[in-house]
Amino acid sequence: MLELSGVTKTFHAGTPNAMCALAELSLRVAEGSWVVAIGGNGSGKSTLQNAIAGTVAVDAGRIVLAGQEITRWPEQRRAALIGRVFQDPYRGTAPGMTVAENLALAARRGERRGLGWALGWRVRRELRERVARLGVGLEDRLDEEIGTLSGGERQALTLLMATWRRPQLLLLDEHTAALDPRRADQVIRLTREVVTRERLTTLMVTHSMAQAAVLGDRLIMLHRGRVLYDVGGAEKARLRPEDLLERFEAIRREEQLDASVAEMLRGQYV
Amino acid sequence: MTLLLGALTVGLILALVALGVLISFRIFRFPDITAEGSVTLGAAVAAALLLRGANPLVAVAAAGLAGALAGSVTGVLHTRCGINNLLAGILVMTALYSVNLHVLGRSNVALLRVTTLTTWSEGVAQAWLGGGAGGIDLLGWEVASRDLGALLFAGLIAAATAGALYLFFRTDLGTAMRATGDNPQMIRAQGGNAENLIVLGLALSNGLIATAGALLAQQQGFADVQMGIGMLVWGLASVIIGEALVGSRRLGLTLAGAVMGSVLFRLLVAIALRWGMDPNDLKLVTAGFVFVALVLPGAVAKLRRRRAAPGGSHA
Ligand SMILES: Nc1ncnc2c1ncn2[C@@H]1O[C@H](COP(=O)(O)OP(=O)(O)O)[C@@H](O)[C@H]1O
Ligand SMILES: [Mg+2]
Repeated sequence: MLELSGVTKTFHAGTPNAMCALAELSLRVAEGSWVVAIGGNGSGKSTLQNAIAGTVAVDAGRIVLAGQEITRWPEQRRAALIGRVFQDPYRGTAPGMTVAENLALAARRGERRGLGWALGWRVRRELRERVARLGVGLEDRLDEEIGTLSGGERQALTLLMATWRRPQLLLLDEHTAALDPRRADQVIRLTREVVTRERLTTLMVTHSMAQAAVLGDRLIMLHRGRVLYDVGGAEKARLRPEDLLERFEAIRREEQLDASVAEMLRGQYV
Repeated sequence: MTLLLGALTVGLILALVALGVLISFRIFRFPDITAEGSVTLGAAVAAALLLRGANPLVAVAAAGLAGALAGSVTGVLHTRCGINNLLAGILVMTALYSVNLHVLGRSNVALLRVTTLTTWSEGVAQAWLGGGAGGIDLLGWEVASRDLGALLFAGLIAAATAGALYLFFRTDLGTAMRATGDNPQMIRAQGGNAENLIVLGLALSNGLIATAGALLAQQQGFADVQMGIGMLVWGLASVIIGEALVGSRRLGLTLAGAVMGSVLFRLLVAIALRWGMDPNDLKLVTAGFVFVALVLPGAVAKLRRRRAAPGGSHA
């Protein structure tokens, strides 16, 4: 279970460029729930994930995960509880190291790293099995450098790394946005598989209304660092992309939001 | 022949500098100038201890630890105090100049009448290979067995160090250190403390470099407060030559390459000096070499692209 209460973050506070990315945001994500978050550019989606993961220190508020208050924990300590996949396929892996080495690092997430072999034969065998289960053909390329992999392969691998040890929370930040549609579908299929099989508590950001309508059991819409819209249960199940579009249009009319959001959405669906 | 053996021996000792630079520059992508002070620090600590009658092994170990300490100070300045990496190294290097003078007591100390690892290895070689003060026959060459002893000893140390590093960088900790240099965001997301890993990496790098200083002082028979100047570029040149020699980014090969690069570079220098190059120009030439090696690959690639895309960029 994840619980945020009154989480606030202002970038460049006290300057003319002050930007309130999270405005007293409160959110409760139940154990095993898969929450999909949408919102326009700059609405605070990535900052929300960074605040939870500890990449960004919040100004105020409390973050509790799995019964522990982690608000002041450094990022690497939170990593023991949190698995992450970023939008940029280059961010989640070490490009100059091999597939196997990257996975070995993930297999030790949150543990002390000592002088044991990173890639003993037992680790290797498990690696091969679990990579083969991904079904993307990487099991024969374990000793190749990550730099030789495509973006889709990297994201599939990063997803495996993030879930190698069952995380208390899985954070996905537009993790298919940089991929072509076919690769994106493949990574979404893998995401679905692991999240449902392991019953992972998941917070997934997406800008694809199609994904937002179909995936997860709850949907939140962020706007100016707040949760503006929050549906779950049967209502979420009935949701169609067009409904979300309508929501966006409504917000735009209300707030005379910058046209870019509506533009982006129209570009996708009209 | 004595000259050649001497050059090879120094090349092997300085392979430790090359390995240290490989760690800071290539693995951590941290241009660590502390190296220049660490070489002298190692030489100074070893010399001071040897003159007080310490066991040479203890003296070298203490030198390595002192270097590791200097490296961690640079690491802490950078990671905890937010000082730019170059500046952190410059600060520690500058501070070390005073430290080294204090340790040495004056700017130059001779190690003539003390037992060093060099005199010890020379003695062992003479006892085993015979030849006394004269020479023995090696593939038709007349060589002094003591020179051969020093060479073998240096080779043993370089090989053992490279081998130990190879094993270390394949452990959990070593793998995490390599990942830190490769992508710090990734290692943090995997629960690694990137800051601590950088400090540890710089400690390791400067520990090796100071050890090289300690061995070099014993080989030369003196420690000098200026002996570190240019060592960083020297190590970088060795690393670059090594990379060209092995042509691979695989861990084991890059480590072996750094050792071979150091030996080859020292050999080239010995030959150039023999042909009459002014020793005063040595550092200028070395810097020029590194400059060319850094710029050349990019320039060649640019040229190739231009060739490959006729019509130029004004499309
Ligand atoms: N590290 C940062 N430094 C300064 N401003 C930032 C930083 N990260 C995000 N912001 C600002 O905070 C706002 C929210 O950004 P973000 O959370 O990335 O939005 P989203 O992911 O929803 O597009 C934006 O205005 C952005 O410019
Ligand atoms: Mg974002």
